[in-house]
Amino acid sequence: MKARTRVTLFGSGAAGTAALFTAGALGLPAFGGALHPYADRAVRQAAAQGTPNAVASVTFDQRAFDTLGEELILLSAAVAAVVLLRAVRQEEQDAGGSHRHGPAEVPDALRTIGYLLLPVTLAAGVYIVAHGHQSPGGGFQGGVVLGTAIHLLYLAGDYPALRRLRPIPLFETAEAVAAAAFVVLALAAAGWAATGRVPALNGAVGTEVGCALVLLLGKFFEQALLVRETGPAARPGARAAGDPREPP
Amino acid sequence: MTTLTAVTSYAPALDGRAMDALSGPLADALICLALALAALMATAVVLTRGTVRQAIVLSGYGLVLGLLFLILQAPDVAMSQIGVGTVLLPLIVVLALHATRRHRDTGHRDTGHRGAEKETRR
Repeated sequence: MKARTRVTLFGSGAAGTAALFTAGALGLPAFGGALHPYADRAVRQAAAQGTPNAVASVTFDQRAFDTLGEELILLSAAVAAVVLLRAVRQEEQDAGGSHRHGPAEVPDALRTIGYLLLPVTLAAGVYIVAHGHQSPGGGFQGGVVLGTAIHLLYLAGDYPALRRLRPIPLFETAEAVAAAAFVVLALAAAGWAATGRVPALNGAVGTEVGCALVLLLGKFFEQALLVRETGPAARPGARAAGDPREPP
Repeated sequence: MTTLTAVTSYAPALDGRAMDALSGPLADALICLALALAALMATAVVLTRGTVRQAIVLSGYGLVLGLLFLILQAPDVAMSQIGVGTVLLPLIVVLALHATRRHRDTGHRDTGHRGAEKETRR
């Protein structure tokens, strides 16, 4: 496609989007107004079913299929990362234990804080998942906290410990099992009030999200730190680029 | 807990009488402040030179967005935003940048200890 055609195509698309967006924004109720037609209906429904957390009622009952789709999107993202970011031919993977990877010179204060915050953050993540049916939070939020919390070990400069803490195959299995459990739970009682199942749904979602994030980040960490190109195609270029700077 | 209070504050609205938790001059000032902060950080992300630095500023932008959601009384969204926008997204960007750089010039503009390790192995 020529540059001119591309610009024209983009221009027409952008103009259409801008016109529709402006029209839509003008049709919105005023910000902070007293009119909340959707909230009124959603909250009334949640209250009628006795769900203490209106947000949980929306995500797991009134919008359960949306949530299902989001979980499956996350699952496919994790699967794609695992499939695409593996070590291929012309690459080899260093044994993680042989390096002390991490931010090169980690100050002692950062190291200590990383180790101290790890259990606290993990506990907070578990709390957000387990208490999500009554307070703000829930499976996704808690899962994000759990999935990112263990990477405090990387901040503390201890990449081998991080690798030991998250064996990738175990997390792959847990991810698949949790996603399947969530699908079964969500579909088994479609159309019923979600009130009693919210903690179980939160647990499944939390596990699935946490495992997905750990897998995603784990694969990116491997690519960034461990995978090296070794194939014949990679060697000459590397040599040529490196020779002038290297002492003989 | 906040959700419970949200439900009870919505309860009058169910009767038809409107009640808004987000009114008053203080709330307006807070919302305006958070919006201005978000606009400022977004501009800062765009204007920052250097992709790694940009990722760090992006993390700050995620934090400010989380604050905005919190002020707009959406604690669930704020939690997700702070987790994803402050930690996950910048971390993935930084790791991807590091990986592409390492693959481009294999190991020579790498961190110090890696280069040293390679030298000793040879």
